[in-house]
Amino acid sequence: MSAARVGVVTFPGTLDDQDAARAVRLAGAEAVPLWHADHDLKGVDAVFLPGGFSYGDYLRCGAISRFSPLMTELIPAAQAGLPVLGTCNGFQILCEAHLLPGALTRNEGLHYICRDQRIRVESTRTAWTADFADGQEIVLPIKHGEGRYVADAATLAALEGEGRVVFRYAGGNPNGSLNDIAGITNEAGNIVGLMPHPEHAVEDLTGAPSVDGRGFFTSILKRLVNA
Amino acid sequence: MSTLDSVRRAQETPDERQPYAELGMKDDEYQRVREILGRRPTSSELAIYSVMWSEHCSYKSSKVHLRQFGTKAPESEALLVGMGENAGVVDIGDGWAATFKIESHNHPSYVEPHQGAATGVGGIVRDIMSMGARPVAVMDSLRFGGADQPDTRRVLPGVVEGISHYGNCLGLPNIGGEVVFDPCYIGNPLVNALCVGLLRKDQIKLATAPGPGNKVVLFGARTGADGIGGASVLASATFEDESQAKRPAVQVGDPFMEKLLIECCLELYQADVVVGIQDLGAAGVSCATTELAAKGTGGMEVNLNLVPLRDPTLRPEEILMSESQERMMAVVTPDDIAAFMAICDKWDVPATVIGEVTDTGRLVMTWDGEVIVDIPPGTAADEGPVYERPFHEPAGQAALNADGPERLPRPEDLRETLLTLLGSPNLGSKEWVTSQYDRYVRGNTVLAQPADSGMLRISEAMPGAQETTRGIALATDGNGRYAKLDPYTGAQLALAEAYRNVAVTGAKPLAVTNCLNFGSPEDPEVMWQFSEAVRGLADACRTLGVPVTGGNVSFYNQTGSTAINPTPVVGVLGVIDDVAQRVRPGFTAPGLRVLLLGETREEFGGSEWAHVVHGHLGGLPPQADLEAERGLAAVLTEAAARGLLEGSHDLSDGGLAVALAESCLAQGVGCTVTLPGEDAFVELFSESAARALVCVRPEAFDALADLCARHEVPCSGLGLTGGSALTVEGVLDVPVEELREVHASALPRIFG
Repeated sequence: MSAARVGVVTFPGTLDDQDAARAVRLAGAEAVPLWHADHDLKGVDAVFLPGGFSYGDYLRCGAISRFSPLMTELIPAAQAGLPVLGTCNGFQILCEAHLLPGALTRNEGLHYICRDQRIRVESTRTAWTADFADGQEIVLPIKHGEGRYVADAATLAALEGEGRVVFRYAGGNPNGSLNDIAGITNEAGNIVGLMPHPEHAVEDLTGAPSVDGRGFFTSILKRLVNA
Repeated sequence: MSTLDSVRRAQETPDERQPYAELGMKDDEYQRVREILGRRPTSSELAIYSVMWSEHCSYKSSKVHLRQFGTKAPESEALLVGMGENAGVVDIGDGWAATFKIESHNHPSYVEPHQGAATGVGGIVRDIMSMGARPVAVMDSLRFGGADQPDTRRVLPGVVEGISHYGNCLGLPNIGGEVVFDPCYIGNPLVNALCVGLLRKDQIKLATAPGPGNKVVLFGARTGADGIGGASVLASATFEDESQAKRPAVQVGDPFMEKLLIECCLELYQADVVVGIQDLGAAGVSCATTELAAKGTGGMEVNLNLVPLRDPTLRPEEILMSESQERMMAVVTPDDIAAFMAICDKWDVPATVIGEVTDTGRLVMTWDGEVIVDIPPGTAADEGPVYERPFHEPAGQAALNADGPERLPRPEDLRETLLTLLGSPNLGSKEWVTSQYDRYVRGNTVLAQPADSGMLRISEAMPGAQETTRGIALATDGNGRYAKLDPYTGAQLALAEAYRNVAVTGAKPLAVTNCLNFGSPEDPEVMWQFSEAVRGLADACRTLGVPVTGGNVSFYNQTGSTAINPTPVVGVLGVIDDVAQRVRPGFTAPGLRVLLLGETREEFGGSEWAHVVHGHLGGLPPQADLEAERGLAAVLTEAAARGLLEGSHDLSDGGLAVALAESCLAQGVGCTVTLPGEDAFVELFSESAARALVCVRPEAFDALADLCARHEVPCSGLGLTGGSALTVEGVLDVPVEELREVHASALPRIFG
């Protein structure tokens, strides 16, 4: 059978699309470039929204991107069950598009932070995390200036109560996120957003000193093959 | 300036007084312009000549010395494009080339740290783009006043944030550099930004405008009032008390526009629709038009009314001098214009045809239909004034050299000395700074700070490069204290350290870029430091076989009559044939043999120990033994290629003690070593050059010892890695965790 096709979205200011496409290919899937200005998802089986500064993000991260032609296609598709992973700016865009609740605000320390961060996997029931073990600790790079997850008390309670917190920072909260939240999912579990960067942790030679990011891509591939 | 000062008007009013002195021009320079033109210049022409003949653009004080980089250059098959272009280009094998350059943005970063540093990154990235390359990484070599001086707390966070914001938005990994503190830089911080790019070696672009009838296109950001007079006023004048008044002269950067420009330019190159290209940096449109025209067919006509403006009230003189960022100028054949514009449109990059190449030998510009500029472009671009500035050894130099570190009391407790040094701002962890930079983006970073050099793999950095196994390594170094004691040797030591840093990661050093930061060239003592440093660097480049490919001079880094320590910063680019053979920093596993390569002498002049413990600067710097550096690098690169090395680290500031501590900190692996010599203090803290620490599997020990013998590199077995402490038998014993706490807290203690 033909390889699973994972779309990788590029906005003009997207930066990690090359890494995202590489991670998809290394996992054995086909990476399909999706351009922000096209009303076309090219029939992909899943979508990766990588990090960067979409349209410059001078206003608010991801605030303009949600209105882009590509996003107007992606939003209903995701609501209908298309698996979508958003990392960093991708997570910010998913929140701005109301595909995920809450918002990402300026880091507590006000500085951009790039470091290798311990993360605890809190849910393996999503499309992107089935290959991890519940409670497993992994190491992924974080690199962001606006990664402090906030939401109102009711939303937080719902996320916690429904097991929709997918990742939590371990060994210290780098940005002041409420409940140490590093990533969350929607009710259906097909949409996952997180600040850390699995696509930078898939090779021994380059990137972070771990290959823990591979689990995201093996998870989605199994899901697509078994679907 | 409400009346338009046209060429006709200039002819009619030959005696009108002109503000050339306010624009930084000397009387004789102004007279020379009059002679060239056979009349007084128009105000627009005066704007062009004043910026093009400024120190910053013309290198008028440094040129006679910099020629040595050419006349003494070693034979190098790797050099594809040498000095004089936007950046040098080096053959890195398999059909690929690397282009790299370091440039200063010192004065703007003092006035407005965030924007000054940000636009420094932007400028050097455009230099690299204009060679036809994709920028693939940046580095920053930063120097600030004392870490605890109040102004440092203003300047450093702003500079780091500026680099962080601009560089991170561009998606270029920041893979290394330096952060150095010394009170001599208070009021004159040094912000030297380096960029490296990759390109196919048959696709080099040059700044040239050939072919009459070809179109001149200005593309990128619109032109505004920022940085007007920046080149001549900011970059060439010493700060006195009027810094506040100069604030508007600093440019403001838009990294998103720069990111669009990068992608747009790469697509333009891919489509092969660019004949010549030049970035707009200092001196903006003046520089781009004169340089393109001078290097092409020789003539150009430009209608300045067509320049897209952010501020419609700008006068032609201001348009010519504006240093608005994120702009490029290209020469395009009429047949390709439509394709060129379509690509710019795809990336939302404004592009406008503002003129055309001619064969008249004149650069002619019009405004409202009147000719306001009519000059031979080479006279502005290439034939600026050249000064043979007087120089002599500083009056206090002999006394400084005589005041050696021998008289300083030696420490009794070497453990305490190590912790004091390791927790000092210069040797403490730089993570407070580097954690604000994205080192991972694009996924090709093999090594980044705190490794001795940054390293990138090439195969996935460029489309079509999948077959190559190669990688490039880059390091920058400089030591102002060494150069103050002896600028000739100090410059050589800066080169030697960068060269060594490249070699310890397993790469072969290939080529050099430099950023020469000095005080006022009008001070003969500073000029002596400069001439000695250039002479030392040129001689060392020849001995080490690495040519200078380009760089930058920054003068006037002084407050009143007090200049900074002379600070030549040297960047070295190297190539590793198989990037998977890279050597990782420090002790990578327990049970490895630890070896010290090189010879240790008693050398404390300008050392970190003298600086931190005694606040002393005197005597002579360590010897620069370049033959020894060559031998050491040969051992390191060959050992890496044969897979003999499990880890490595160069010895520099703080000597063996600090190198051992940093090697333990790399992976949290301790070691137990015995010093080879009698005098523990000298063994641990001397800063003799041409040394490195390596660790090898026990079975590889003999092979490495043989290799060292073959290259006549002294090699001493020190001990073994392992355990959770740094133990120097009979001398000191420190848990790695204690080292980490002291090292990690050095900057957070000061900057929060």
